[in-house]
Amino acid sequence: MAVERASERLVELLTRDGAVQEQWVAAVAASLGGRISRAELERELSDLYQALLQALDKGGLDWQDEAYSEVRALLVELSRSRARHGFTPTETAVSVFAGKDVLEPTADSTAEDTAAYLQLARLFDALGLFTIEAYARTREEIISAQAEQLLELSTPVVKLWEGVVAVPLVGTLDSARTQVVMEKLLQSLVDSESEHAIIDITGVPAVDTEVAQHLLKTVVAARLMGAECTISGIRPQIAQTLVALGVQFGDIVTKATLADALRHVLQHSGAALPSGGDR
Amino acid sequence: MTGPRVVEDEQSVPIGSNDDVVRARQTVRTYAQQCGLSLVDQTKLVTAASELARNTLVYGGGGLMRCAAVRSGARVGVHAVFEDSGPGIADLDLALTDGWTSGGGLGLGLSGARRLVDEFELRSEPGSGTKVSVTKWAR
Amino acid sequence: MSDRVPVLKIGQVLLVSIQVDLEDQIVLDLQDDLAERIVATGANGVVIDITALEIVDSFVGRMLANTAAISRMLDAETVVVGMRPAVAITLVELGLSLGGVRTALTLEKGLALLERDRTARTGRP
Repeated sequence: MAVERASERLVELLTRDGAVQEQWVAAVAASLGGRISRAELERELSDLYQALLQALDKGGLDWQDEAYSEVRALLVELSRSRARHGFTPTETAVSVFAGKDVLEPTADSTAEDTAAYLQLARLFDALGLFTIEAYARTREEIISAQAEQLLELSTPVVKLWEGVVAVPLVGTLDSARTQVVMEKLLQSLVDSESEHAIIDITGVPAVDTEVAQHLLKTVVAARLMGAECTISGIRPQIAQTLVALGVQFGDIVTKATLADALRHVLQHSGAALPSGGDR
Repeated sequence: MTGPRVVEDEQSVPIGSNDDVVRARQTVRTYAQQCGLSLVDQTKLVTAASELARNTLVYGGGGLMRCAAVRSGARVGVHAVFEDSGPGIADLDLALTDGWTSGGGLGLGLSGARRLVDEFELRSEPGSGTKVSVTKWAR
Repeated sequence: MSDRVPVLKIGQVLLVSIQVDLEDQIVLDLQDDLAERIVATGANGVVIDITALEIVDSFVGRMLANTAAISRMLDAETVVVGMRPAVAITLVELGLSLGGVRTALTLEKGLALLERDRTARTGRP
């Protein structure tokens, strides 16, 4: 009952002179310093303002209520757009919190208005947090999309010769990246019907046990598919680390350079040579 | 990001014959595809399910598989539970050792399945059946 | 179910192409059928095409290894062809190395492998 009264009163306060929305926009515009167009801001906030009025009108102050679904949707949209345009979490949340300041009680506010305002403040605080959460989610999505793009960029599988593919690995290998590269390599064996793969790690500064395990598993998986892998470009420090870690490459062929590896593969597979083979 | 686990859309497959093992595989595959697991992760999960469903049939004398989608924060995954009321397992550590088998298998069923999933839980007592729960998250 | 996987004979080679997700009994039947057909036909090679298989678990893996061992005892070489990358990765993780099973990327390469073998064994093409 008190909630109903409060939300009724809040609708009155929000609509009393038509200036609330304008002040809200002005406050946000000032804090964002013109990095977003006034027209866009007005559109965003007027949608939000209308949705908020409607939600309050339905008599609730619970932001998780069905009545607030439109408000929440608009806030998600707003935080997504802020995150994409590189605004900070504070700059995003201010769009919500500024609305609270506009209605701040003055010395001549009645006790009832102050009570209603406190309810509104609580509501806005919750909505502000919700906005930041949506913002963080969007940032996470952006970051993981970028990581994926980077992965794509940094792991080319190239065809070196008829029946020979190579993957030159550059940069630090973590477990996730190694796994992706290895899956790509194995798929390229199928796609190009290549029976030989060369994994060149010249550009890799360090290899830990886990990455070494992934390399070994890839070689075994390739054998299960009917292809052979050669590893080339193992730096002296990496060889030392691997030995210290107790990693053994067993019967896997390793060569100093990519060129040596290619020569080895071509010599040992007459079938891969277009001509001049001994078969 | 973690959060409370939400289990959605559960489906049960009784396991009482070789055909049911095939059905369990297919059910798990459908879930894995719907939850957006990568092809390799799908293959790993379905293979694990195949091993566990066969264990349920062969060692547990039949039972039930329940499969569901799980959500935890932003993560999505597939959860499968294999339950039987067979003789149970006396020594869990031994049962999870590579190469150990009480039947005629290769002894890779339980230990191998554990390596193929992200979360693995085995509960069993002699005489009161066996319950294996596995989860695989989409990367 | 009395379905059986068809075993085809091409020259000296038996060819099996597994097209569907097999239940365990059919897998066992296939192992028996192959042993019998090797003896009945005097084949010296077996090619098992698993291109269509979406998973190979320890049961099917064991059948492949057993078939390779049995056929070798009956003087025939077995080659498994067409294993998918995801299947290979999963088998490695499962701990199954399929020791003694020879593999090739494609059916064509598998047949060529058997041919080379035969040449090497008999010393003539």
